[in-house]
Amino acid sequence: MITLLLITIPLCLGLISFLIRNDFLRRVLIILCSSLHLALACAAWGTWGGPQGEGWFVFDSTGLVFLLITSLLFFGAALYGIQYLAAESRSSGEEKGKRRFFSHEAVFSGCFLLFLSTMTVVIASQHLAVLWVGIEATTLASAPLIYFHRTKRSLEATWKYLLICSVGIAVALLGVFFLAVAYNHQGEMILRLMIVNAGAIHIPWLKAAFLLLFVGYGTKMGLAPFHTWLPDAHSEAPSVISALLSGALLNCAFLGILRGYQVCVAAGIQSYCQDIFVVFGLVSLVFAAVFILGQKDYKRMLAYSSVEHMGIITLRVGLGHNAVFGALVNMLGHSLTKAGLFFVAGNILSHFGTKKISEIQGILSGKTRWSGVLWMAGFLLITGTPPSGIFLGKFIILKEILSQGRYGAASIFLAMLAIIFIGMARIFMMMTLGVSGQKGSRDDDGHRALGGRTGVPALFFILVMVLGVYFPSWLRLVLEGVARELGGF
Amino acid sequence: MNTWVDFMIVAVLLLNLMMLSSSRIRSCIQIAAVQGVLVGVLPVVIELHHAASGPIIASFFSVILKGIVFPWLLFRALQEAGIRKEVEPIGGYPFSLLMGVVMFAMGFWLSRRLLHTGPLVSTLAAPVSFATFFTGVFLIISRMKAISQVIGYLILENGIYLFGAVFLGGQSLLVELAILLDIFVAVFVMGITIFHISRQFDHIDTQKLTELKDIVISK
Repeated sequence: MITLLLITIPLCLGLISFLIRNDFLRRVLIILCSSLHLALACAAWGTWGGPQGEGWFVFDSTGLVFLLITSLLFFGAALYGIQYLAAESRSSGEEKGKRRFFSHEAVFSGCFLLFLSTMTVVIASQHLAVLWVGIEATTLASAPLIYFHRTKRSLEATWKYLLICSVGIAVALLGVFFLAVAYNHQGEMILRLMIVNAGAIHIPWLKAAFLLLFVGYGTKMGLAPFHTWLPDAHSEAPSVISALLSGALLNCAFLGILRGYQVCVAAGIQSYCQDIFVVFGLVSLVFAAVFILGQKDYKRMLAYSSVEHMGIITLRVGLGHNAVFGALVNMLGHSLTKAGLFFVAGNILSHFGTKKISEIQGILSGKTRWSGVLWMAGFLLITGTPPSGIFLGKFIILKEILSQGRYGAASIFLAMLAIIFIGMARIFMMMTLGVSGQKGSRDDDGHRALGGRTGVPALFFILVMVLGVYFPSWLRLVLEGVARELGGF
Repeated sequence: MNTWVDFMIVAVLLLNLMMLSSSRIRSCIQIAAVQGVLVGVLPVVIELHHAASGPIIASFFSVILKGIVFPWLLFRALQEAGIRKEVEPIGGYPFSLLMGVVMFAMGFWLSRRLLHTGPLVSTLAAPVSFATFFTGVFLIISRMKAISQVIGYLILENGIYLFGAVFLGGQSLLVELAILLDIFVAVFVMGITIFHISRQFDHIDTQKLTELKDIVISK
């Protein structure tokens, strides 16, 4: 029941908000819907007693973790987003009354809520074909969000996002069909039934299916070398949307891969999949390091940092054992921190009016000092400095690589982390230190709006730091359960 | 019955080659539509004598979508963009045709490696569906106009659908319809995006969409 509500409430409210003409009413609707979603998600955690029923939409423990992250991020994004929308409509002047329905903002709010609904479908679905439908639907719901600013650059980014992801996801559809052939007509592809009947699965088809699923969903997840849409979409989308793409959407795509992986683990070809995970994880790290070093655009830098973290998470799942637990901790930490960083980036962008690193100096001084403090804090957290939750994850992974004797992988891992740290440190230092040139900064009216927009990222950063210091036992229990499902321990 | 299935699958293959060699976008849209209808009715033809209601409904919707709705959407986008011909693709048309043959060979090779099951409806089904899939990918990579890339996406989808039609039963109607709905919305959103691209840029050449890129070494 809760599961269905989680999907249908944002769906219905999203469709309704396409037709609402009053800006204020629509913003209230966004807040209402995302708080309801968060409340229901918490209720789903509270009442959860193991996966029940054989339906298409059932939360298992993996789903619950993803649900928590997504719901929390959407709540934060809604709080930040309405202030963002208010500021946007103020600065773009009064163009209201021109179009009755489907105004800019109506499309934005509608797609925003549909995006939440489709993401919940992905997380809840136990049927692998329905999962595919959900992931494709997230692409379609989020494409108009990326095009919010209606500039040429955002249009280009939208086109690349649509085409590259659609083709990637089509590849995954072929993978789903392969999986069905491997399962050989034993009925519908319900995940738990497939795991139970894993002995009867035909292995060569399953291997091919996993490869296709990995490449297909990996495109959406932003694993190098299929990540090419990612920096464009993240840099051109409004910062709220970048935060959601990076913190929630990439995870959901990863969930698609993990579902396939669960079947493979049950069928006994875990080591075959693990090699794929490790190779692509390391390749993503290398790509991210290379592109962060010479980066000139701070939102693109954050995007490449997402590629890095997706690489690390993939690498971890590939290593197995303890590292899977670390992967989940890292995922949690990355989602919150990166979303927070994108929110701060949005503040910086609306103050300085540029995305070029070289034109920004001295965020720490002057009126933007709180954004500056958060910007530096976010940098330290995302690169895994203690007490960040990410540090915990990174520590576990290194221990695991070394204990498995993979010294080559360990040295690549460490070298790339060092390069990324240096590359990002350079950029963050250049931006925060120095004296703020008043060039491009906007009037005081913009600042007041900015003041309220530091709360959400601050909250997220505090959560991440708390996770690094105190890891609640209920969360640990659930995460350990998930790690076992994903072939860890 | 089997000869009919074989005949239709060969027709799908020939349409691939036609697609690769034609430069007029109008005819490309028509070819994609005919191919879509062919793979749409295939599941019904395969089970002609004992067809259940599920496949017939799914096939009905897919024929409506691929035969009527998609061509209509694409023709509208074409009109909006005011273009008629694709510019010379990467490598030229003879190269495209050659690639078509190579991709068919690849399809054969791949299905020889994978297939284990016994008597199939048609031995041609797997190679042709893979070849169609590859053709779609090749079209997306080699053609310049945004609209041709959407057509490539449709061809790719046809290949996957052909595979599903021959190898899969047992999935519920609802799932099939949901997949169709997704593809419909995808083409719809792409159509709208093409409309915006042609309005903002005065062209729909994706090769000229190059504002966003990274330069690795800073100069």
